[in-house]
Amino acid sequence: MKFGVVVFPGSNCDHDTYHVISKVIGQPVDFIWHRESQVGEYDALILPGGFAYGDYLRTGAIARFSPVMSAVKSFADRGGLVLGICNGFQVLCEMGMLPGALLPNRDLRFICEHINVKVEETDTPFTSRCQNGQILSVPIAHGGGNYYCDSSTLAELRKENRIIFRYSDGEGVARPDSNPNGSIDNIAGICNRERNVLGMMPHPERASEELLSSADGRIIFCSMASTLAELAKAS
Amino acid sequence: MTEPLINQDTIKRHGLTPDEYNRIVELLGREPNLTELGIFSVMWSEHCSYKSSRVHLRRLPTTGELVLQGPGENAGIIDLGGGLAAAFKIESHNHPSFIEPYQGAATGVGGILRDVFTMGARPVAALNSLHFGPLAIDPDMADSQKAEISRNRSIVSGVVRGIGDYGNSFGVPTIGGEVRFDQCYSRNPLVNAFTLGLVRKEQIFYGKAAGIGNPVIYVGAKTGRDGIHGATMASEEFGQESGSKRPTVQVGDPFLEKLLLEACLEAMKAGAIVGIQDMGAAGLTSSSAEMGGRAGTGIEIDIDLVPQRETGMTPYEIMLSESQERMLIVAAAGRERQVTDVFKKWELDAVVIGHVTADRCLRVKSRGSVAAEIPITALTDMAPVYTRPIASPSSPRRPAPVSRPPDEDLDSVFMKLVTSPNIASKEWVYKQYDHMVRTNTVVLPGSDAAVIRIKETRRALAMTLDSNARYCQVDPRAGARLVVAEAARNLACSGARPVALTNCLNFASPERPEVMWQFSETIDGMAEACRAFATPVTGGNVSFYNETDGSGISPTPVIGMVGIVEDIHHVTTQWFKNDGSVIILLGETGDDLGASQYLEETSGRIEGTVPALDLEREAAVIGACLKMIQEELVESAHDCSDGGLAIALAESAFSSYRRQAVGFNVDLQGNLSPVALLFAETPSRIVIAASEQKLERLRQIAAERHVPLSVIGRTGGNRMEIIVNGKTVIDRSVAEVEQAWRGVLPSILEISAIVASEEGLTV
Repeated sequence: MKFGVVVFPGSNCDHDTYHVISKVIGQPVDFIWHRESQVGEYDALILPGGFAYGDYLRTGAIARFSPVMSAVKSFADRGGLVLGICNGFQVLCEMGMLPGALLPNRDLRFICEHINVKVEETDTPFTSRCQNGQILSVPIAHGGGNYYCDSSTLAELRKENRIIFRYSDGEGVARPDSNPNGSIDNIAGICNRERNVLGMMPHPERASEELLSSADGRIIFCSMASTLAELAKAS
Repeated sequence: MTEPLINQDTIKRHGLTPDEYNRIVELLGREPNLTELGIFSVMWSEHCSYKSSRVHLRRLPTTGELVLQGPGENAGIIDLGGGLAAAFKIESHNHPSFIEPYQGAATGVGGILRDVFTMGARPVAALNSLHFGPLAIDPDMADSQKAEISRNRSIVSGVVRGIGDYGNSFGVPTIGGEVRFDQCYSRNPLVNAFTLGLVRKEQIFYGKAAGIGNPVIYVGAKTGRDGIHGATMASEEFGQESGSKRPTVQVGDPFLEKLLLEACLEAMKAGAIVGIQDMGAAGLTSSSAEMGGRAGTGIEIDIDLVPQRETGMTPYEIMLSESQERMLIVAAAGRERQVTDVFKKWELDAVVIGHVTADRCLRVKSRGSVAAEIPITALTDMAPVYTRPIASPSSPRRPAPVSRPPDEDLDSVFMKLVTSPNIASKEWVYKQYDHMVRTNTVVLPGSDAAVIRIKETRRALAMTLDSNARYCQVDPRAGARLVVAEAARNLACSGARPVALTNCLNFASPERPEVMWQFSETIDGMAEACRAFATPVTGGNVSFYNETDGSGISPTPVIGMVGIVEDIHHVTTQWFKNDGSVIILLGETGDDLGASQYLEETSGRIEGTVPALDLEREAAVIGACLKMIQEELVESAHDCSDGGLAIALAESAFSSYRRQAVGFNVDLQGNLSPVALLFAETPSRIVIAASEQKLERLRQIAAERHVPLSVIGRTGGNRMEIIVNGKTVIDRSVAEVEQAWRGVLPSILEISAIVASEEGLTV
């Protein structure tokens, strides 16, 4: 089993993600430079948080043209697991690998704080170890995390059970005042139709050790590792 | 091209006095040309030369067991043990932040980040100390006053957004600091940015141009016309025309800074770099002069090789530009390729623009001829040093009349203090800063000190920024001592041993003798306290001329203190954790209401005498608190400062992340007036909560150090109840007080955003 963390020049959660994979869940992991055009030998790729190419234009708008992203796309097309966190989610939407877009936050300010998300679906490689309806306390840190899609896409996401995380209160109710950034339907994370590509605005890597106030996010990486271990056993 | 002649007016516009000009002529043995005059003007500016402060700064203690690098480099460095070191420093960006709040603050952060990573250290924590004018509009105010307050609000939003956007994008967590408000900052806001970085001891780099013949390499952003004479601007007071100085404010690019960081650290690792320094204030001029100065060498630059953003720039403009995100590197001869390749990988310019010489001259060539040639010592060591006249104020300090309101009014005074912007929650500010990136933040913002873990060790680092202009205004010497003591106490409360500090000394015009007196007194007070706590000063920054139209700021020395937590499990926060714990006061309360937050809030006056500080007692309280934490006896520890014991108790009760609010019942007794028991700001006091079983051992530790210890109440429930001499004076639900405390800044700043956009208010 091997993880790869894609490094754009403006990624700034690359080291944090690498740390969690290598030190917290104890799996092999490499950095992958944005100029690489091959990503063959990995089982899971993570697009970390940050500001890929500065994001002065629109978050992720330039990253989609990066050589590594076409490689990431073919990796996903072959069934590889791809997790986009924060800026990674923005890049996946720009790429068209996930539907919709991430707009500037409702209050037009950057927000960094711990929030609650409810795990809506456990039928993905990223949430397989979660309980249905489990509430995770994980931080957000973004200026553009206001998820938007048109109504037919939203209907499709709902129908296909592809809304994986919703911003919620401590009891798991997705209320308007538990929505930090104005996202449609309180959406905090979605997956693709094949369920092997997940994008989420919260940062599970920042909540993977008890020392850092919350370890709720670790379950995402543990789920990925379990899924890969089972796949390896099966083959 | 013919350069304009230098006349009286040119000299004045360069901020030089006729005497200073004569000195230049004497040092050069001839008249300078315009480029040389420009170079002298920035190097001899107050901002770069410390000409008014230098004679005083020498009185600060700067050495200690753990100090690897004291003042004089880009940042100070302390030894953390295990081969690790921490580089840290604080810098002001006050003047640019007044003229253009967003870019001024952003580039302030950028500058201090470069100061730290130029030493080879990766920045892992940022803090900032912000001082603004008042934000509350009273309907009876004159329109001009209202306009001034609108402007203050827009400065706050701009500065906070600027700090956030730069640090967030760069990827450094902004984990703490302070935000204070006072009338004197209304047209003189203070933006002081602090950064700490970690470096392996053998990987420390210095700003030295060593090795004759070594290539000098320019890396990073291209040079433009921005920021020309920024250092000179920061060395003058403002008048009506300050808006016209906007072009002297630089524009920041945090993405480029991130690339520069990664490229510099990678090139350093490759071992090809001999010396490196960022181009901050006075840009290429100061970096080349200072690097040559430190190594006792010279530097020759071909200015035409400097990467330029626009065409037709003169040597004068290139040498004085303060374009951001640039560094100057001296590489080992023959290994320049290795350096430039790394920068190419990160898509940054890296060009050999000159070499190190033996003649100790800064020589700038352009189109084959010499555009400037100045002995480096003339720019650095021989820069003017002034022992400016000092005058202490004529009226002696006396205790101020303090009203002692009847017991019935104490509750409303308490609420007034809780909701004063100085004490109110700063969540609105720190929520806009990414305070968790790099996954080291152990204590989230809001407690006494910010704490980060050091990965792969058992240790943690605690940091705090503190100031108290109220005290420093009334008595600069005692005020400076109190500020250092508070910083040390904050660190101890979080479980850290105070180790060293950096300071940012914000003052009005040094040309006024009473300001120089304040400065001199501040240095003496600070030196005394630093010695008492064995916390040497490893560097810092002086910012003079914080005045507009003749009205200056109160003396505002800001202390950035760093402490080491030996075992990360000992990290302690200020918040009550459990019901039924005993609440203990270490130290004792005196009748200290002079120059207090209470006095200011109730009378609008800042006067009287500041609390007496016994440095020995303070060190004993700090030592006792640390010992109690290290023996794992306490659940929370919080220092008593602004607003006194009542405010410290309330802050300990409020909820925090994953922790419900915990109420308390406190019974205070004594001969002091109730108002003093609640709101006096006697130093050397810490509020601790502990389980009852630990009480005996706690008493022992306190007794061994002759520290007074009294049990004042118990935690529990959802109300905060304070009884004074048998009479209940405060009894409120914690939730209600907390809501008021949290609501202050949002209610002011959210509305202001709407009003400003409706009225199209611009600054």
